[in-house]
Amino acid sequence: MATVTAPPPPAPAGASRPPGLGSRRPARADQAFRLLSLASGLLVLVVLALIAIASTGRALPAFRHEGLSFIFSRDWNPGADKFGALAFIYGTMVTSVIAIVLGVPVSIGIALVLTELAPRRIRTPIVYVLDLLAAVPSVVFGLWGLAVLAPKLDHRYGQVNDVVRHIPVLNTLFGGGEHNGTSIFTAGLILALMIIPIVTSLTREVFATVPIAQKEAALALGATRWEMIRGSVLPFGRSGVVGAVMLGLGRAMGETIAVALLIGSNAQITGHLFRSGDSMAAVIANQFNESTGLFQAALVGLGVLLFGITIVVNLAARAVLNRSERRLGGAL
Amino acid sequence: MTITGRLSGPGASISPARRLRNGLATTLMWLSLAIAVIPLGFLVYYVVSKGAKLFGWGFLTRPIPIFQRTFGGGMGPAVVGTLLITGMATLISVPLGVLGAVYIVEYGADNRLARVIRFLGDVMAGVPSIVMGLFIYTIWVIRGHGFTGFAGSLALACLMLPIVIRSSESMLRLVPTELREASFALGSSKSRTVLTVVLPTAAAGIVSGCLLAVARAAGETAPLLFTIGITSKVNSNLFKGTNTALSTQIFGNANQPYPGAIQRAWAAALTLLLIVLVFSILARLVSSRLTTGTRR
Repeated sequence: MATVTAPPPPAPAGASRPPGLGSRRPARADQAFRLLSLASGLLVLVVLALIAIASTGRALPAFRHEGLSFIFSRDWNPGADKFGALAFIYGTMVTSVIAIVLGVPVSIGIALVLTELAPRRIRTPIVYVLDLLAAVPSVVFGLWGLAVLAPKLDHRYGQVNDVVRHIPVLNTLFGGGEHNGTSIFTAGLILALMIIPIVTSLTREVFATVPIAQKEAALALGATRWEMIRGSVLPFGRSGVVGAVMLGLGRAMGETIAVALLIGSNAQITGHLFRSGDSMAAVIANQFNESTGLFQAALVGLGVLLFGITIVVNLAARAVLNRSERRLGGAL
Repeated sequence: MTITGRLSGPGASISPARRLRNGLATTLMWLSLAIAVIPLGFLVYYVVSKGAKLFGWGFLTRPIPIFQRTFGGGMGPAVVGTLLITGMATLISVPLGVLGAVYIVEYGADNRLARVIRFLGDVMAGVPSIVMGLFIYTIWVIRGHGFTGFAGSLALACLMLPIVIRSSESMLRLVPTELREASFALGSSKSRTVLTVVLPTAAAGIVSGCLLAVARAAGETAPLLFTIGITSKVNSNLFKGTNTALSTQIFGNANQPYPGAIQRAWAAALTLLLIVLVFSILARLVSSRLTTGTRR
């Protein structure tokens, strides 16, 4: 702030006119600075384009070799030059869906606590704790999941297995006899925990913009707090929440290290969530350093696929969020 | 309910069913908070209790044992690697990110190009970090530069750039237009206004955002896996020879069957968590100074 009240900088030596008014040198410096900042801004575009071009180029041999069966075949056998990535795509999708199904209701609940329930003085500590959760590195989640959580979960999975054995649908998802501590479900569970901070903070921003008049109107009509939330907060925030969820989905799909440690690294497509699987990001992390030639091209190809999917999801999420932002801006 | 009924809060005439539903919903909301906080508590507890067994000055400075089944040892090279690689990534991404934000807010003035850059910045923030690693591997590592700490810095810089742009942008937007107008009225050029008025005013917020980006980058593993290689000795030259980092060491040791390796992974996790925490707390301190500075 001090610089604002400071006297204006002295004019360049020899210039009798005030700087910036027709003097050539400042104008040129001005132009240079403008170009410099423009170039920095354009860097984002350049990097994104380079990622797409360079990675696709590197993956091209694998795409040529496999064609569409790169996406539609489940036959992944690097030894025999077979690179069907369906099992990895399946693993990425299923773990992300588990993360969303488990993580989003919790995130919405926390966001409601923060905007509607918690007294002002305990909001800040809650936000601190969520920030801490967001700050924990992925690899630390992975280590904890692998060394502590997975062995305990394996035991629980066994118990659930026995309970749901004869219940239709549930016995497909959570039964099947065989179970692993490192499994599709374990990976989804950790992903849920990892997306909670981001989804919560975005959802909270949306809920915070609900006009107070709408909430008070609901309460004045005799609504309980929950009825007020259902009647005014949730409908008002719906599109924002959808955007937040999609952003969380993008995060979950791209998350690598925790999943690489916890999913069990087994390229299979199974409806049994307690069995091991593999995801696109995880297989790249686990196998890239031992790969060469066509195998490496196929792994880069998985990266290109992942890049494409997350770009689409993020574009959609941003479009939804921006639209709801504009709508909210208009309503206020 | 009549007009003369009790006006304060949920009234007396609310049916038991509605009251029950309200109570249930309230419980569930608080429960969701517990669902997020309890695992975090367990995680921190395990990292601290298991990591503390090996953690200490010796652990932070000793070289990494060559054989993973060795007990004890340290993570010196990984600590040095993490700090240097993240530092270089900061040097690359912060100036570029802040300048990009300056373009969006000060020069673009919401024209179409500025909006496109802003939008793509958000999209870039969603690109998985492992893709950044593959990208740098493809255009840098195998193009004759080899595995170096600097390659890791480049990958981390790609990751940090959109975060820095986004946070700096929102801080620049907070600078009152009057300040800029006052500067113009005194005859300053646009660049001088940005450099001597706008950026210093927004400095605390920008620094805070950058510190958060550093915290995020320091904990990342995926961008480093295919860019820095591995070593068991301290390599303080980012441009020559392979390097190592705490995150990749944890990843490499976590899967090992040897108790010694697992123990080092826990102690390294504690170290990494502390580094990340220090930067996050610094960010908060700086931004709290910002709020006390503007509220007069």
